[in-house]
Amino acid sequence: MAEPPSAWRDLRRFTAARVGLGRSGNGLPTRVHLAFQAAHALARDAVHAPLDTDALARDLAGLGLAVSSVRSRAPDRATYLLRPDLGRAGNADDLAALPREGGTALMVGDGLSATAVQRHAVPLLASALPLLGEAAPRRAVIATGARVALGDALGEVLGAELVIVLIGERPGLSAPDSLGAYITWAPRPGRTDAERNCISNIRPGGLGFAEAAATLAWLVAEMRRRRLSGVALKDERPAAPSLPG
Amino acid sequence: MGFAHTLGGTRFAFDTLRDLLAKATPFRSGDALAGVAAGSEAERVAAQHALAELPLTHFLDEAVIPYEEDDVTRLILDGHDRAAFAPVSHLTVGGFRDWLLGEADSAALAALAPGLTPEMVAGVAKIMRIADLVSVAAKCRVTTRFRNTLGLPGTLSVRLQPNDPTDDPRGVAAAVLDGLLLGAGDAVIGVNPATDSVANTIRLLELLDMVRERYDIPTQSCVLAHVTTTISAIEAGAPVDLVFQSIGGTEGVNASFGVSLALLADAREAALSLRRGTVGDNVMYFETGQGSALSAEAHHGVDQQTIEARAYAVARRYEPLLVNSVVGFIGPEYLANGKQITRAGLEDHFCGKLLGLPMGVDVCYTNHADADQDDMDALLTLLGVAGVTYVMGVPGADDVMLNYQSTSFHDALAVRAALGKQPAPEFAAWLDRMGIGASGLAIPPALSPALIGLG
Repeated sequence: MAEPPSAWRDLRRFTAARVGLGRSGNGLPTRVHLAFQAAHALARDAVHAPLDTDALARDLAGLGLAVSSVRSRAPDRATYLLRPDLGRAGNADDLAALPREGGTALMVGDGLSATAVQRHAVPLLASALPLLGEAAPRRAVIATGARVALGDALGEVLGAELVIVLIGERPGLSAPDSLGAYITWAPRPGRTDAERNCISNIRPGGLGFAEAAATLAWLVAEMRRRRLSGVALKDERPAAPSLPG
Repeated sequence: MGFAHTLGGTRFAFDTLRDLLAKATPFRSGDALAGVAAGSEAERVAAQHALAELPLTHFLDEAVIPYEEDDVTRLILDGHDRAAFAPVSHLTVGGFRDWLLGEADSAALAALAPGLTPEMVAGVAKIMRIADLVSVAAKCRVTTRFRNTLGLPGTLSVRLQPNDPTDDPRGVAAAVLDGLLLGAGDAVIGVNPATDSVANTIRLLELLDMVRERYDIPTQSCVLAHVTTTISAIEAGAPVDLVFQSIGGTEGVNASFGVSLALLADAREAALSLRRGTVGDNVMYFETGQGSALSAEAHHGVDQQTIEARAYAVARRYEPLLVNSVVGFIGPEYLANGKQITRAGLEDHFCGKLLGLPMGVDVCYTNHADADQDDMDALLTLLGVAGVTYVMGVPGADDVMLNYQSTSFHDALAVRAALGKQPAPEFAAWLDRMGIGASGLAIPPALSPALIGLG
């Protein structure tokens, strides 16, 4: 009697969450338990997958962007996981090679899921760049061993008025490829998370590219108008209609 | 004033209370990252010896972060109740450990809570084993109320966490129904919004309130948006039961979360003004977690477990309904593996309970930490024995919005059954009335999915 009735199983139509699983006593049915173990194994492997920077650079150039590369100070993946301070700091030589060109800075960093960046950064940008208009970045900086705050260092070196960071979020079981976008006004090292605006879970099946691009463009326009970012800047556009009844 | 202890022929000296507490802490990656951990196993145990000899009164004379620099320190010292402290004021930290394990009973511990500072509690935790943390916490009784009664002896409550990657109302509603059918939701039905906007928060609040009213559930709902978002939602007339906020143990980490003590007080007043509680008026819900201060570069050289305990001093000022550490969420740079997460979860529960909080734990890990479901099963069972007020209930243990693994509705049922625990009494009566559990895997007619728009 592990399988739930169809009415309960049907809840799965409405969500990617693990609902309607059935039960074996108070435990999970064997099939469901092993499906979980498989997803965890894939997510664990995704954390350690490297970013194919050559392929990403080609795709970004295809959008008309100049492309630069920066490494963080984390020497390897194991150190990266235990030392976020190294992932926030850029390799000095790489930073010195960046031009001080102002405008909007764009960092595309591996973060905790290179898979997310590899799959979704370019389609998101293809939707977002036309909406950004004069605030569109002209250059993409590919960052490896990167944490979000590495964008502050890049933005300062580039002399940018704001920085958009696209980065792989930590893999979940059903979503090993969620992309995050963090936007920070007047980037410089020392900015706190409360001074950023975040759009998370960007992927097909999560927040779609068109919707994420629209939110990104709205936030960038408001930041440039109000000259600030973070908790003081809320997304005050009307929400989609509520569930009926 | 300094502290010292000789161990194995080597004399180890510690300049300050802050240094002593940090060096005495069982190893975790976050303290190593901050550069405050002991340099050797011998130094760690020497610090524990020196800490055990320290009179508890010393904690009232030496602050780990200066009074002038930090409003959490001022909150702790200005709010200390000397009369409540009197029964243990003659003890050292080591003597306090013996007292907690021995003669202290539930009534004595409840009376003592206002007389304890977070640093005292963190200090004694550092010289305790897991078994000690469990057995002392199990003697603590903390009861809070809003639409039901949480924390009664023999109960274990569950936050139903129906997160959705896009805040899709049908996705949230489906996860809520799944959880209710598996007996979860007495602590709160609480959604983390994917997008922290006022309009989206109001939409989710209205959804949760509709579900609660359609099924007539004696529980409370919460959208875990930023406190300023929730205040705006209250001003717009939204049905807000609880105000949520992440908090930490220094003024700087709270600033990094975009909050101040005054803002939290304003938020509580706003929620109280709605008078939505039916059996009590505990209206605040806080989450914490070791490592947040270091993450915000606001740790002042204090170890992460001591700062975590200081966050509980912030929490208790606002008489919360719920407080939980999200113990494994922050990542391996703070708690690297199952062993570190397990100990930290039990420390946090122990410290919160001793300070008088309705302490729950989000037993959890991320996929970049070296941990798995076996580690969570062990910690959940230990916390159940320790009398944890509530744990999380996430469909299949997999949070598809926040991308981490917590405990499932099934896990909560299993630990309740193994330990003979019940839900909050009002909620248990509702489960009986609705026929949940009695009919196995069927959906009772009173919980028809169509009633909440899932046709």
